[in-house]
Amino acid sequence: MSINVTPAGADVSAAAEHGTGRHAAVPAQRARRRAKTPLSENKKAERRLGWLLCAPAALVMVLVTAYPIVYSVWLSLQRFDLRFPDQREFVGLENYATVLTNEFWWTAFGVTMLITVVTVAVELVLGMGLALIMHRTLVGRGIVRTAALIPYGIVTVVAAFSWRYAWTPGTGYLANLFGDGAPLTERASSLAIIMLAEIWKTTPFMALLLMAGLALVPEDLLKAASTDGATAWQRFTKVMLPVMKPAILVALLFRTLDAFRVFDNIFVLTAGGNETSSVSMLAYNNLIRGLNLGIGSTMSVLIFLTVAIIAFVFVKLFGTAAPGSDDGERR
Amino acid sequence: MAVDTTTRTKLRWGLLDVIVVVFALVPVLWIASLSFKTPATLTDGRFWPREWTLDNYRSIFATDQFVRALVNSIGIALIATAIAVVLGAMAAYAISRLDFPGKRLLVGVSLLIAMFPQVSLVSPLFEIERQLGLFDTWPGLILPYITFALPLAIYTLSAFFKQIPWDLEKAAKMDGATQGQAFRRVIAPLAAPGLFTTAILVFIFCWNDFLFAITLTSTERARTVPVALSFFTGESQFEDPTGAICAAAVVITIPIILFVLFFQRRIVSGLTSGAVKG
Repeated sequence: MSINVTPAGADVSAAAEHGTGRHAAVPAQRARRRAKTPLSENKKAERRLGWLLCAPAALVMVLVTAYPIVYSVWLSLQRFDLRFPDQREFVGLENYATVLTNEFWWTAFGVTMLITVVTVAVELVLGMGLALIMHRTLVGRGIVRTAALIPYGIVTVVAAFSWRYAWTPGTGYLANLFGDGAPLTERASSLAIIMLAEIWKTTPFMALLLMAGLALVPEDLLKAASTDGATAWQRFTKVMLPVMKPAILVALLFRTLDAFRVFDNIFVLTAGGNETSSVSMLAYNNLIRGLNLGIGSTMSVLIFLTVAIIAFVFVKLFGTAAPGSDDGERR
Repeated sequence: MAVDTTTRTKLRWGLLDVIVVVFALVPVLWIASLSFKTPATLTDGRFWPREWTLDNYRSIFATDQFVRALVNSIGIALIATAIAVVLGAMAAYAISRLDFPGKRLLVGVSLLIAMFPQVSLVSPLFEIERQLGLFDTWPGLILPYITFALPLAIYTLSAFFKQIPWDLEKAAKMDGATQGQAFRRVIAPLAAPGLFTTAILVFIFCWNDFLFAITLTSTERARTVPVALSFFTGESQFEDPTGAICAAAVVITIPIILFVLFFQRRIVSGLTSGAVKG
């Protein structure tokens, strides 16, 4: 899933509140103070309208995520196999012990981590290049932007099939690139192809987020640096990168969490064969193929916790630049 | 001399452009090319077809399997988009214009949902929807799609709403319109381009989904095209489904290509504006 985040993700929300940019805390305090004094009819009506307008969205989001995740924790504490429904019983943390001592889980975990780290790193470099091209090219800007949006918009499954047939011996134009083997039947080459497919699909999204950051770099500053004799590389590292830092961190966070969910490409390219399953793939297999709700839910909870930890680490690294670092808390 | 340098710079940019365009288009052209190949030439390993045929397209539109899936895909994506954009617009309006307690909480919740690992919902939703009778139905897919599209809709729309000249709203209110009327009569028409852009982004998201579609459906009743693709077997079991899969893949890529061609500027601004003007 993707969302347009911004170099200053926190700003969007803050500015959205009062149009006062990042100083939303001040009106917030004022509002609290105001709450103690009796509200005017107008203010009351405004509050009611605000709640009324937000209620449906909030309700849907909470009902479809919060309740299931709690339910998922409950399911994970039970032995619950749909093929043997009468053996359903509460088993405490037994499922967690089963999953966490299972080598398939750890293999999948390793694969997911590997894919996440490699693809995000490559995408950051390529995405930065693409962002620079889309932002600064002197010719054909519209064409480049249009072309770059195609991988972003295309259905992942469609792209995955394209890559699969490209590497299928006999059919594909890439199949004989590295000798005669069948690349999708060997682990290392399969993983490489999965990563290639991921990178192709999501680099444009990374580039768009970075381009938002690039737009914040003042042209004058670049010119001044140029006049002072800074090389292109120096202008990039000394002027652009510092200004873009918040945008880069937000792009990294969202891409990392997104990459960790990798599923579609693996499903189509290898179906998880040759130990190329990701954790999402494994959870899917336990649920739909294995019909084991207890184990499937345990994996769901573990994936949720992992993502929460990754997000937490990023937020710690960001400090105050983090999106949601001050939005997340109750007011 | 100066002219010479600009020409050279232009050439260099042009070359980079070409690399990007080729890299972006090759996989798309390849699957299109496969879809036009005859069964005999399908495995010749060439990039372009030697013999062109439309048989693959004829065959998929002759099967119920694909047509049903296409109807499901279009219906589910359109309904989910409509609901998500309406709910998102209401919330985004409140967030960008009104003062009320709990606003930051809503923004925080949307952000958390944007980061939420969807696979974590698969097991519980599977079980809950089975109990509620929503499993393998349109609403069973529309609900999670709305949920995960809402943060995108709220963020994009808040960004657009901030660019609207709100003085007009004040003027309308001075003329005696209520806050609600000011929203419907004055602001909504001004917000239409933003709503449209958001709708495109949300539609692309719903159109793209595979995980929910494959876990929360089991028959043709609600199965969408991406899932149907992965189950394609061809008309008989001895037939290679490659051509059919590619043709179906091309069909569901067409709307994306059209959006991108006609609304490139809007999509780019939708995905980055929230960003810059924050």
